[in-house]
Amino acid sequence: MEYRKAGEKNIKEYGFPVTIDEKLGTLQWVDLRELTLSYLICIENIAPFFENMREGKLVTTRCPECGEIFFPPQKDCPNCMISEMEWIELGREGTLETLTVVFVRPPTFARYDPYVVAIVRLDDGVKITAWLRGDPEKVKIGDRVRIEIKRREKEGHYMYEIVPVEG
Amino acid sequence: MAVAIIGAGHSRFGNRRDVNVAELAWESMKQAFDRANVVQKDIDFYIVGMAGLWSSEAAVPSLIAEYAKLYAGSMRIEAACATGSASIGAGYNAIESGEADVVLILGLEKMQESPNPTVIEIIGRYGSYFWEFENFGLTFPAYYALYATAYMNAYNAKEEDFGNVAVKNHYYGSKNPYAQFQKEISLEQALNSPYIAWPFKLYDCSPITDGSACVILASEEKVKEFGLDDTVWIISQGSRTGTANLSKRENFLSFDSARRASQMAYRKAGIDAEKPYLHLDGADVHDCFTSAEIMAYEDLGFAKRGEGVELIREEQTYIGGRIPVNVDGGLKAKGHPVGATGVSQAVEAYKQLLGEAEKGRQVDIKHGRWLTHNIGGTGHYAYVTIYGLEKR
Repeated sequence: MEYRKAGEKNIKEYGFPVTIDEKLGTLQWVDLRELTLSYLICIENIAPFFENMREGKLVTTRCPECGEIFFPPQKDCPNCMISEMEWIELGREGTLETLTVVFVRPPTFARYDPYVVAIVRLDDGVKITAWLRGDPEKVKIGDRVRIEIKRREKEGHYMYEIVPVEG
Repeated sequence: MAVAIIGAGHSRFGNRRDVNVAELAWESMKQAFDRANVVQKDIDFYIVGMAGLWSSEAAVPSLIAEYAKLYAGSMRIEAACATGSASIGAGYNAIESGEADVVLILGLEKMQESPNPTVIEIIGRYGSYFWEFENFGLTFPAYYALYATAYMNAYNAKEEDFGNVAVKNHYYGSKNPYAQFQKEISLEQALNSPYIAWPFKLYDCSPITDGSACVILASEEKVKEFGLDDTVWIISQGSRTGTANLSKRENFLSFDSARRASQMAYRKAGIDAEKPYLHLDGADVHDCFTSAEIMAYEDLGFAKRGEGVELIREEQTYIGGRIPVNVDGGLKAKGHPVGATGVSQAVEAYKQLLGEAEKGRQVDIKHGRWLTHNIGGTGHYAYVTIYGLEKR
């Protein structure tokens, strides 16, 4: 961060970690207590989702009583108030519902080129948000697409993605 | 028991690196105290609406206790970009329940204490953190863009239509001395700005803003006791919550949460939900992105489904049209200090209804009613509030 460097330099020159706001010319104290956030997110109860993805399969949970399919998978059925969900494999094909191209990326995604995010309605009825591989100008809403599982180019972990169905 | 706004205050919005968090809060609080002609000891309870994380201070109610010498009970409320309206709702309920007679609501955000990329990072997380942000890097514009793309496809809306929303809101922003952007823009400028998240360009997006807004609410008894006659009443509020994942939404053409919140507010206020614009003098809608304003026209019943785009094409939301919308510049030009936005909308309702808006943007008040539509996240929290000159 630019102002962080200025702040550190000014400790020597001015006696405090300060900088001047470029637009207003006003004096700012540069906070030295930088925070890094990275969470531990529990996936214990949906572990089959990840185990199957590693094997190339896309699975999710279905309530054996009411039959509702949940995606993202969830441990509990709030309709029937039960927690004994069954795991089912999802069909891979569906229809493109909407898409966008993210040009201005969060800093944690800076190493990726602008990416296409799309939402697909699978033939099973559930909808999935994921990156779409391919040229966004060559796809349109209503196109047939399929889900593929691949390792992420930069991070190296498995992830599902949307690809247009040829023809 | 009826609840009134007895005073309102509004800081200048924009880059406010000329003040710290407490000083920024005090700017709007001071105006509200002066206008309501009350002092600290008259306040029974206060609520600070702030989303935070991009700014340093977290215990802002305590910061206010110290800086402003306000020691009544307090809390901080967060409902993403609908924080301000959620705070007003909680204040309304505190008075309605009889627990408090006078409640101060402060909406505050100092987003420019962090660099822009950090703010983009934080604000992209107001959806489903794991299933949308962690692996797919959605940003705030991108979430709304998913709706905009679907809307364009279904109703043949164009990027130019979205650009015209920006042109209107900048036009009115140019007449608002508290707005972040006080200059008009041309459609060409809007259309030639760089893409942020297709189909949105820079001028389709609300900016990163510092600002504070304050309203003081009072019970009907207190209004009588203080002998006030220039008050604005909270007529009704409706609220609904949407799913975290956009993939769980039925479609991307409307926010179900906003539509239902508006129906709730209309029902309580006795307003015909078919043609609500016949009962309202104007509205402030949540135009965090230009397409969101057009969708709001439909979710609020100002236009039929798919016809919202016609309202902007025909300039029906300028003063003199079917219903003036965002004549303070909206989030687009006035700025969007997340926690302050809903309170800023209330301040605008107060000013408009009392005929105190600046020259060139005062609406002719005939019905004595103003609507605010405040959305948190991407339809995640929806609050629709109706303000009026006559109590319900």
